[in-house]
Amino acid sequence: MTRVVVDRLTKFFGEKRVLDGIDLSIGAHEVVALIGASGSGKSTLLRCINRLVDFDAGRILLDGVSIDHDSFGANGLYRRIGIVFQSFNLFPHLSVLQNITLAPRKVHGVPRREAEEAARGLLAMFGMSECISQYPEQLSGGQQQRVAIIRSLATNPDVLLLDEVTGALDPELIGEVLRIIRDLKDKGMTMVIVTHEMGFARDVSDRVCYLEGGRIIEDGPPRELFSRPQHPRTQKFLERIIAAGRL
Amino acid sequence: MSSGDSSPGPRNGADRSGAAAPARPPRRQREISWLPILVSIASVVVVFGTIAHFVARSEQWPRIKRQFFNWDAMVESFPDVLRGFWLNLEIWVICIVSIGTWALLLTLFRVLRGPLFAPLRVFAIVYVDLFRGIPALLLVVLFAFGIPALRIPNLPSSALFWGIVAMTLSYSAYATEVYRSGIDAVHDGQRAAAKALGLTQLQALRYAILPQAIRNVVPALLNLAVALQKDVALLSVVGVRDAVREAQIYMNQTFNYSSYLVAAALFLVTTIPLARFVDYLTRRDRERRLQGGMI
Repeated sequence: MTRVVVDRLTKFFGEKRVLDGIDLSIGAHEVVALIGASGSGKSTLLRCINRLVDFDAGRILLDGVSIDHDSFGANGLYRRIGIVFQSFNLFPHLSVLQNITLAPRKVHGVPRREAEEAARGLLAMFGMSECISQYPEQLSGGQQQRVAIIRSLATNPDVLLLDEVTGALDPELIGEVLRIIRDLKDKGMTMVIVTHEMGFARDVSDRVCYLEGGRIIEDGPPRELFSRPQHPRTQKFLERIIAAGRL
Repeated sequence: MSSGDSSPGPRNGADRSGAAAPARPPRRQREISWLPILVSIASVVVVFGTIAHFVARSEQWPRIKRQFFNWDAMVESFPDVLRGFWLNLEIWVICIVSIGTWALLLTLFRVLRGPLFAPLRVFAIVYVDLFRGIPALLLVVLFAFGIPALRIPNLPSSALFWGIVAMTLSYSAYATEVYRSGIDAVHDGQRAAAKALGLTQLQALRYAILPQAIRNVVPALLNLAVALQKDVALLSVVGVRDAVREAQIYMNQTFNYSSYLVAAALFLVTTIPLARFVDYLTRRDRERRLQGGMI
């Protein structure tokens, strides 16, 4: 079953065409990694999928319904597609519990007790129970990012978008965040992952897309794309990555 | 300490021969150097002493002293001026509340995005331009004398009421800009996160952005409050019997200005601790930011 369809998606930043006719379809429970150099459009593509930014042409469908369709209402789409950012973006004035329960309570009208119960369950599931009443600045980067992931799961999304979630972390903290993402894959979460961790992209994803200049240059299973890239540009990119010791 | 060992000087030797046990760390760091302190005290004494000398030597000084620094007159006027000052404080507190609220509303008008809110945005921009550009004194006079003169039924006619309104309108223009700078200082990622969680614009402001923004600008707002505390005295020109007005009434009766000094002293007694408190908060806030690092 196809969950998300991106159809000839085009977006401009001023004169610059940052997305140039992207076609991509993502099946339910599929994990798709987007790789490519900075400025290739992968983060913008991610932000288009949950309408954090608007696009200029093309369509995006979630379960066959265009994401700007009225049936999603004002915030229905955000409940179904979660996103996690490179810089965590936890609310610093709210505790971990309040960060997680904010959207369920204020946006989706879940009663406080119920929302907190669910948050406790999620924290326990990912081994984060001890952080429940702490504030973001009291946590390590890795813990903050795990809380951010849990916060985005609190509304039970069907699709999770991960935007370079390990990009701001010290190397020794990356593992704990990647572990949680692996857990989510095992639980069947549909995910689109923008990452610079090529090893992780190879291990966790079902498909890898290489982007350059706002286009998907190559799209294939990780084993093939990483070991036998077909397109010369993909080859070149991977050579650079290998030379930098990142694969 | 190793450098101290390698360069034995007279000072080093003196330390060693001292009675301090060798296990104790050197106390050199905690020694107070007296010279700068003495120089500061001396220069203050010289500067102010010279000024005082010249003032006291002037021909008119004895007369001025009688008219401005008359202790008996101060004691005599004190109860009335103090009562007036109490009114100053009441007006001040009312103004703080009304300015805080009205400015926050204006700020919301200003920062809400989308075509629907365009009229409110324009209103807020014009408002700030207008009220920041008119002297507060002028507003007080216009409101306190002008509006009651219209004799609109059911409208309060007291100068006190309209004076407070004028101060609120004027200071809100500044407070709005302070609030807005606080909102602008909140990282864009916070807005993106709020939006991605499905919060509407107003919800994002209320639950995510404003709490951080207000924490950012508390020192700046308190600074405004300190300025406001003094500017409340502007209401004296429209007949509100505050400290300055009471001092003036005493002066008119006795031709002695000492009552004004009583009022000045009362203002100082409240503004100086307040200003120190703001300094303290600002310093603490800066430390918090430095510690917090980048989030």
